[in-house]
Amino acid sequence: MAPAEAAPLSERASRARQVGEVLLAVDNITLRFGGVAALTNISFDIRQGEIRAIIGPNGAGKSSMLNVINGFYHPQEGRITYQGKTRARMRPHEAAKRGIGRTFQNIALFKGMTTLDNIMTGRVLKMHAGFLAQVVYLGRAKQEELAHRAAVERIIDFLEIQAIRNQPVGKLPYGLQKRVELGRALATEPTLLLLDEPMAGMNLEEKEDMCRFILDANEEFGTTIALIEHDMGVVMDISDRVVVLDYGRKLADGSPDVVRGDPAVIDAYLGVSHD
Amino acid sequence: MLYRETGVFHSSYAADQAIFKLPQDRYAIAFWLVVAAVVLPLTVSNYVLTDLLTPFLIMAIAALGLNVLTGYCGQLSLGTGAFMALGGYMTYKLVTALPSASALIGSLTGVELALPDPVILGIRPFDLWFLAILIGAGLITAVVGLVFGLPSLKIKGLYLAVTTLAAQFFLVWLFIKVPWFTNYSPAGIAPAPPRTLLGLQVTGAASPPVNRYLFVLALTCLAALAVKNVTRCKVGRSWMAIRDMDIAAEMIGISPTRAKLSAFAFSSFLIGLAGALWAFVKINSVQTDAYGILVSFQVLFMVIIGGLGTVLGSFLGAAFVILTPILLNIGLTALNPGLQALGLPAFEVAMIKHIEFMIFGALIIFFLIVEPHGLARLWQIAKQKLRTWPFPY
Repeated sequence: MAPAEAAPLSERASRARQVGEVLLAVDNITLRFGGVAALTNISFDIRQGEIRAIIGPNGAGKSSMLNVINGFYHPQEGRITYQGKTRARMRPHEAAKRGIGRTFQNIALFKGMTTLDNIMTGRVLKMHAGFLAQVVYLGRAKQEELAHRAAVERIIDFLEIQAIRNQPVGKLPYGLQKRVELGRALATEPTLLLLDEPMAGMNLEEKEDMCRFILDANEEFGTTIALIEHDMGVVMDISDRVVVLDYGRKLADGSPDVVRGDPAVIDAYLGVSHD
Repeated sequence: MLYRETGVFHSSYAADQAIFKLPQDRYAIAFWLVVAAVVLPLTVSNYVLTDLLTPFLIMAIAALGLNVLTGYCGQLSLGTGAFMALGGYMTYKLVTALPSASALIGSLTGVELALPDPVILGIRPFDLWFLAILIGAGLITAVVGLVFGLPSLKIKGLYLAVTTLAAQFFLVWLFIKVPWFTNYSPAGIAPAPPRTLLGLQVTGAASPPVNRYLFVLALTCLAALAVKNVTRCKVGRSWMAIRDMDIAAEMIGISPTRAKLSAFAFSSFLIGLAGALWAFVKINSVQTDAYGILVSFQVLFMVIIGGLGTVLGSFLGAAFVILTPILLNIGLTALNPGLQALGLPAFEVAMIKHIEFMIFGALIIFFLIVEPHGLARLWQIAKQKLRTWPFPY
């Protein structure tokens, strides 16, 4: 292993990470499904280069929040400003074009395709060969395939999944599927990466691996990360700032230490004594 | 250890992304191509060429086309027969309206010009005119297929299949109802005019079976290569992504509209080509009887039995559906002298047909139970067994 990678965590943290400008700001977002308010007046921001955690009990609206950010749901009220532009309605594939990547709570891989093809699919927006060039597999189409294959192999190396390169992902164990899904999201070279419970259902060792990949992606590629996670140990360790949701409302927002001590958060997680 | 990857090392991504990665595979495909292009035409009878091999190859193109749509992109279609019909009728209209390249220029400019007929590298380019006609008809079919693919943007699965039935009934009705499509032929059947390609007559009643067979063989190889190329590139991966998980596909930047419509267009192009060949090379006439809903089902069965989402499966499925009934018929008829020698009653013609249906049906059920993923998967499993033989683990 190279010495730089073996450096202690504290040193690495001081080396490259710089939290910068506001990358994404959500303002007074309200999302309703019929009479049910999934999100009510949510505002927070995500800064360039940070790891931002979104936590909250089940049904708090965390996944809905991510779906709003990448255009899958359209909120009834509120504004979203991404990279300085306040946007109108946006389709998910347009969000992808603007650099918002995403993984899912329930793995959403392309099950009939191999690991390699899944991650190659993540490069779709970076490939521009015409249809006819692809039919004959000459010229630009072939050059692109080879160039992007090299890029994808770097991600495969990064995630240490070389051995399963040519296996159909449907047959892989759960932990590896999660890793392939992260690989597919990284292949899009996102500016903002939304991770929906990347460690759900994993054992301790798999969680540690996944944490390492997330931290490395954040450091080496400078990817801004917003993640939903239930494991409080993980959240408190790796995130820079935490926003807490409950019943579609924002309870708290701040550094892990601030959030940990917030009485409203403790109430939401542990219950309130009514005596 | 008869067939293995061990010892084959690729040192470049280009080698690793080749269609046939193993030397064994390359030798095998070269062998089969020589057999198909040289050995068979020299050895087998005209009956085998005309009634077995040519229809098998044409239907393989149709199966490739439907496989693009259903196997790779996951959009179910029952309109195959109609798009084959469209390919046939459009080829007929183009071939009769524009018998040559100079006719096209004449109709565009209004001036009849006697074009020079140059010879380049031993080929007269204008003798490829029929190929241009086929491509033109395929493109028209692609556009119509794209239009009938529009419901796929909102509707999925069986419901989409029902909307493609609309194409099947509407187009066939149109070709019966509007005599313009058959150039006002009284019986509604348009005879295929004779056309040559590279100096060889490939269509029309008088064209030799060998010419037709080689023509279809060449087009089938090109179609298979095109499908293989497209499916290992960006477009193919977009199709499969839409098939496997459309929401995730959209969230990494694939536009479902473009992916689905391009699948409909490319699929219809190939199916239209198959329909044109069926009319011009197989049955020598363009008529709606050849393109009924049964053809749609037949091609769908080929794709399902052969293997969804594989090029090999399209060929295996077409061979199974086209050849099995004919071979069963020949086999059962051949039993008759033996039965008579034993003093048993011989099979009547109708009886042979019934037994043929029963065995064919039983075989379909057998193969789908043994391997629901199709014959192509059986071949994969066989390869795996060969790989580990004689010490399976």
